[in-house]
Amino acid sequence: MRQRFIYDPFVLPFMAGFVFIIIYLVAGIISAIRELPCEDRKKLGKSIFSRKIFVSAREIFMECLIHRRIFRRNRMLGFMHMSIAFGWFLLIVLGHIEVRLYCPERVNLPYFPIFFRYFMMETDSTLKGSLLFFLMDAALLMVLTGIGLALYKRINSRLMGMRRTTKLKLGDRIAMYTLWAVFPLRLLAESFTSGISGGSFLTRGFGLVFESFVSNEALIRPAWWAYSVALGTFFLAMPVSRYMHIPAEMLLIVLRNAGIKSKKTNAGYGNIELYSCSRCGICIDACQMSAAARLDRKTTVYFMRMLRRQEGDIEAAARQCLMCGRCVQACPVGIDSCRLKQNVRRSESFFSPVQYRYFPPTETIRTDVLYFAGCMTHLTPGIGKAMQTIFGRAGVNYRMMDEGGGICCGRPLMLSGQEKSAAIMIEKNTDIILQSNAELLVASCPVCYKIFNEEYSLPIPVMHHTQYIEQLIDRGAVTVGHTGLSAVYHDPCDLGRNSGVYNPPRQVLRQVANLMDTSHERGEGLCCGGSVGNAVLTGDQRRKIARDALYKLTGEKPDILVTACPLCKKTFAGAGLQQVEDIAQVVVKAME
Amino acid sequence: MDFGYSINQSSKIDMDRASGDIAAQVLRYEPSFAVCIGCGACMATCSAGRFTPFNLRRLQLMVMRGQTDSVHAEAEKCMLCGKCRLICPRGINTRNVLLAIHHFTAPAPTLDIR
Repeated sequence: MRQRFIYDPFVLPFMAGFVFIIIYLVAGIISAIRELPCEDRKKLGKSIFSRKIFVSAREIFMECLIHRRIFRRNRMLGFMHMSIAFGWFLLIVLGHIEVRLYCPERVNLPYFPIFFRYFMMETDSTLKGSLLFFLMDAALLMVLTGIGLALYKRINSRLMGMRRTTKLKLGDRIAMYTLWAVFPLRLLAESFTSGISGGSFLTRGFGLVFESFVSNEALIRPAWWAYSVALGTFFLAMPVSRYMHIPAEMLLIVLRNAGIKSKKTNAGYGNIELYSCSRCGICIDACQMSAAARLDRKTTVYFMRMLRRQEGDIEAAARQCLMCGRCVQACPVGIDSCRLKQNVRRSESFFSPVQYRYFPPTETIRTDVLYFAGCMTHLTPGIGKAMQTIFGRAGVNYRMMDEGGGICCGRPLMLSGQEKSAAIMIEKNTDIILQSNAELLVASCPVCYKIFNEEYSLPIPVMHHTQYIEQLIDRGAVTVGHTGLSAVYHDPCDLGRNSGVYNPPRQVLRQVANLMDTSHERGEGLCCGGSVGNAVLTGDQRRKIARDALYKLTGEKPDILVTACPLCKKTFAGAGLQQVEDIAQVVVKAME
Repeated sequence: MDFGYSINQSSKIDMDRASGDIAAQVLRYEPSFAVCIGCGACMATCSAGRFTPFNLRRLQLMVMRGQTDSVHAEAEKCMLCGKCRLICPRGINTRNVLLAIHHFTAPAPTLDIR
């Protein structure tokens, strides 16, 4: 290897972009970390000098380079992302290795590894040299394959399991097109130069082909110029594009592994989540408002973009969401977008809590087990009756906390951003629970169950009735037979994805019915469309979502569709002819 | 004989004081408000209505008549539980109607609803 040049003006566009992006990133990371609360900064500091940093490094490798979570969703999509990210990473690493091996005195020139083949030439072919050339060409081929797939994805995204993709804005487009241009231009530049500097199967091969009909010598510098301009433009466009996810996701992974969680404000961690969104659009297909009600533009990816750019009606966008958590489940970056939306909703609390003075004085209920049916159960009284039968059969000393209708748990208000008003209900209900001396609170509605667990600080355990029934059966307090019915279980959002209760209902159902599998269960469970998380969705749109979910769930024609949420039951009952029952009702049937 | 209810006092609507502005704004924000037939299913199922004479049907009537003086404070009694939406035979998005009524009758609107 021999050095031909040390500098050429064509490195300037690259260097301009490179210096700019380094300054921007350093400033960005400093300001992001300064935004974190003091305790989080301490956690971050501690985690950097602990084993956690290795966990983070591994996760960064697996997610940012290999894109494991995307692979799990769709292999082609994962391959596309991996080819570009990992291929590019290899090009950078191998480029630096080349510089260290052949001209260690140039390691302080950031542009040297990028334009290595222009500055260096192969004088005698060695095994080491040809191996590196081969690896570099292989990495380049990998990236080019990824870009080819990305181009094809623009035409036919279904090949990669995506029905809909994100509609990009100008900044994203500029950055994306320049990123796509970088690698073919690199191939051209290296091919034209391959007669002088040498190359491997790809660059030398293309070089020979080009030689047969153009003068490679004359095209060398224009091609390197183009390559440098494309790289520089990409770096300049990066801050206004989705490609900020590359550095932001790495930071997010480090913070998450340090034990830092999203808070009740979007500053700090939330902001880093915003920048970590790559606008890949996986959440668009996951969202049932988009899949069933054609509200593609109301999906999380667009909300995230509006929030990051602070444009458009962000509050309206935050409200147009069922808060079912399907997008959070699908997100390959692990962004808790429901939390981001809730924080936007919270900012506009406007009910004056004094209006709840009408609440009756707390009457003391003394009991062992307190049962909170919830508003929605009062609307579907069959569930409450079934639970009372089960309590009676098990011989439990129980009392209803909301006999004939009680005070709402507060979650619907909370989801509407009225946290101060919700606090009044939390206080009132807590009062009733504490005065009862109960050892256990059982809730029938997952909406209530979630808020009891998360926002009430209760000294007693809270169970959803599916968990309680499982416990009763295990204890032998209730004996059940088999109904002989075939059943599909629908995971209510607030019980499954949002609270992590997946197994108890299945354990119970397996004993009393023939539980059938569906492809929409556990984390992939569907939303019935009835969610109290969304106040703006029209009745018609809700019906579309409910019908679509019902259709997907009952493809195998089960005798009954079983759910564990009164709201899901009511919503599905109105969406079709399928018999829908709550798990408590099925258990009562099996007890007879 | 006591039937548990009686004839309402007759009332007259003062057209000088009544304004259709709020009804128009609520209708524009939540068009399903228009199809209310005042059947009262919402009040029959209302969680708040069990404790206090809170009544969405009455709010609807007051807004449509333009008698909106007491409507704002009244709307805040709602717990937003959403039973009325599920029960409404006309498929009205009652929660959004309530939020809209509350908002457009506010002395100084706090929320920018378009």
